[in-house]
Amino acid sequence: MKMRRLLTAAGCVAVLGVGIPAQANEEVEKLQSKSGNWAMQLGNYKGHRYSELDEIDKSNVGKLQVAWQFSTGVLRGHEGGPIVIGDAMYIHTPFPNKVYKLDLDNQGEVIWAYEPRQPRDVIPVMCCDTVNRGIAYADGKIFLAQADNTLVALDSKTGEPVWSVENGDHTEGESLTAAPVVAKDKVLVGISGGEFGVRGHLTAYNIDDGSMAWRAWSTGPDADVKIDPEETTMMGEPIGEQDLGVKTWPGDEWKRGGGTTWGWFTYDTETETVYYGTGNPGVWNPEQRAVDGTRKGSDNKWSMSIFARDIDTGEAKWVYQKTPFDEWDYDGVNENILIEREIDGEQRKLLVTFDRNGFAYVLDRVTGELLSAEKYDPTVNWASHVDMETGRPQVNEEKSTFAQGTNTITKNICPAALGTKDQQPATYSPETGLFYVPTNHICMDYEPYQVQYVAGQPYVGATVSMFPAPNSHGGMGNFIAWDPIKAEIKWSIPERFAVWSGALATAGNVVFYGTLEGYVKAADMQTGEILWKFKTPSGIIGNINTYVHDGAQHIAVLSGVGGWPGIGMAAGLTDPQAGLGAVGAHSKLSQYTQLGGVLTVFKLPEELASR
Amino acid sequence: MPLKLPKYVVLSALLCATASVASADGKTADLPALDPQTNPYNIRDGKVDFETYNGYRRYGGACARCHGPSGTGSSFAPALMDSVEQLDYAEFVNVVVNGKNIESGSRNRVMPAFGTNPNVIQHINDIWGYLQARADGAIGPGRPERIR
Ligand code: HEC
Repeated sequence: MKMRRLLTAAGCVAVLGVGIPAQANEEVEKLQSKSGNWAMQLGNYKGHRYSELDEIDKSNVGKLQVAWQFSTGVLRGHEGGPIVIGDAMYIHTPFPNKVYKLDLDNQGEVIWAYEPRQPRDVIPVMCCDTVNRGIAYADGKIFLAQADNTLVALDSKTGEPVWSVENGDHTEGESLTAAPVVAKDKVLVGISGGEFGVRGHLTAYNIDDGSMAWRAWSTGPDADVKIDPEETTMMGEPIGEQDLGVKTWPGDEWKRGGGTTWGWFTYDTETETVYYGTGNPGVWNPEQRAVDGTRKGSDNKWSMSIFARDIDTGEAKWVYQKTPFDEWDYDGVNENILIEREIDGEQRKLLVTFDRNGFAYVLDRVTGELLSAEKYDPTVNWASHVDMETGRPQVNEEKSTFAQGTNTITKNICPAALGTKDQQPATYSPETGLFYVPTNHICMDYEPYQVQYVAGQPYVGATVSMFPAPNSHGGMGNFIAWDPIKAEIKWSIPERFAVWSGALATAGNVVFYGTLEGYVKAADMQTGEILWKFKTPSGIIGNINTYVHDGAQHIAVLSGVGGWPGIGMAAGLTDPQAGLGAVGAHSKLSQYTQLGGVLTVFKLPEELASR
Repeated sequence: MPLKLPKYVVLSALLCATASVASADGKTADLPALDPQTNPYNIRDGKVDFETYNGYRRYGGACARCHGPSGTGSSFAPALMDSVEQLDYAEFVNVVVNGKNIESGSRNRVMPAFGTNPNVIQHINDIWGYLQARADGAIGPGRPERIR
């Protein structure tokens, strides 16, 4: 029974490969609905990172073995993960952004490799290591967003470029790190550079020829942001007021106002709506972003916001700002996961996001109404709660770096700037109804100071020192199961370091995640009991996936420590007083792992596989 | 080693040597004058002067993302608390102003040029002093305490 399901899945893929779809997303949707593939970074358009495969289950996961490995030849932090379509796997690397097409019939033999030529002075404008979160596939093309702002479409058969466009300018501090997403006949690309005073946008290019379909800015006049104040809603009501993307900033500050779009994009195929979050409002010193020196009227819109946009036009259907007037770098780019659930007897289309600021938000994704916002780490202390009438957080003045002032150290703010969760994507199981969330458990002291803007140079203006959440288990991370309706943690696994890898839930009732030391771990989805772990050659900040090849379920992950945690924790966190409790025997990551990109593929031993 | 500094940098570096430009606030009057060669930082009872404290902040803002927290190095770039023991002041300023390996070099290790960045150049003596204090073991990792 089980076996037949797997074989059918693999069989369909081969057939699909030859058809010419009317819309690219129909093809992508079909590819992702076949559990044998892993057709996009987040598994499906809704961002579930969930697989219906169940050959690997609670009873046998303990026997998982390495099937084969492949070194990427690149040392920096490896975020994102492999894409599998039929008998081919595509992997990518951090700068210089190589792409490999690997032959699954021959244990990863290279079918083609692509390596762009990029100027070296791109490297310094990448804030936190030279990461890249992966490629997208559609319509026989592989889409790669290069560090130097080039979006290139490669022929998936040959690796030859079909077209390329420039999406930004690195001498202005712009770069690309986010994974593109293909929806309908468009490929969506974000922009990075929130620490360089760039002005964020989401851009859609036509997949046929790379011509720009639309660009929606995160700050500035309504026309640029693609807002109609009479139509676009906020908390279920039309915005009403015009040009808030200008008025809520002092002077021209919106022009370097951040709101970058380096996270993940999700898509509702029925309503043809794309969802994404915008990042921090430029400079980290809040005083430099305050209108008339007060917090009132200084929301710095539309940074830190969730946008719902029409895929054809880019027009904003609704917008919700999670952290108006950020004072902590709670960069709001985390993925918006789309789920359907019954609330008060009514089936609702929901959007769930685990924000950097430590609140898990549930919204009606059709209307944009806020349904709940609860802390998913009890240590979160910068705000007491989110007001359900206004949607605004109730900021704790003691933790307000603006109220405490420039050149003043605000102490013990939780979470740290890394957020309770950063880019590492969570997973959702429609079967258990639970989210499985990789989290950080780190607090900070924050001191803003004055800085001047210089194009292409860092524009930060705060020093932050971080330490494990005090009075807790001493570790810097947790892997949690979260009930979105009850808004509570079902179970939690303490981890020594921040959990910076994307998780994978499966129908086998096993959830997988990676750790910064380099372990791949498998946990029981009901209880959180660790059933298996394996130490890969380097720390894991990549996302785990699963696919079927030759009738057998495989698990694949890129290791290669780096990224923000790789730099911050390589030498240990900075607070000399930080206590090291039960989990944190050592705070130094370098004691556990070193750099190096390696793909590892796992499967069950022949005798256990169901065939 | 010949210096290839833009003139204004040499000038401001020299100026800084006698009066740290942007460190005016919070100075304690009774401390010995700073000099990058002979007295790069002041320390009293484990606490540092405002300039050195400012060096910690500016280091955190511009350098830590590559050189690791508190000058300890990262997988990306060398530990500057060790480098400043090998480099003299002029060599240090030269690297910071002009960068290193921007056009070529191994392993994609690029040290950017900060010559036009006032957030660094105006505070370069403070950063130097902070790193000297770290190199000498006068202060540990993390945020140093200030003499008030
Ligand atoms: C984008 C990353 C990056 C940033 C930001 C950065 N550096 Fe560097 N720096 C490097 C790298 C990489 C090297 C090593 C270059 C090489 O291989 O020789 C380096 C080398 C140096 C050296 C020479 C060290 C030696 O032992 O010879 C000095 C001095 C230095 N940096 C100072 C600074 C200071 C001061 C700042 C902040 C104002 C800073 N750097 C910011 C990447 C960076």
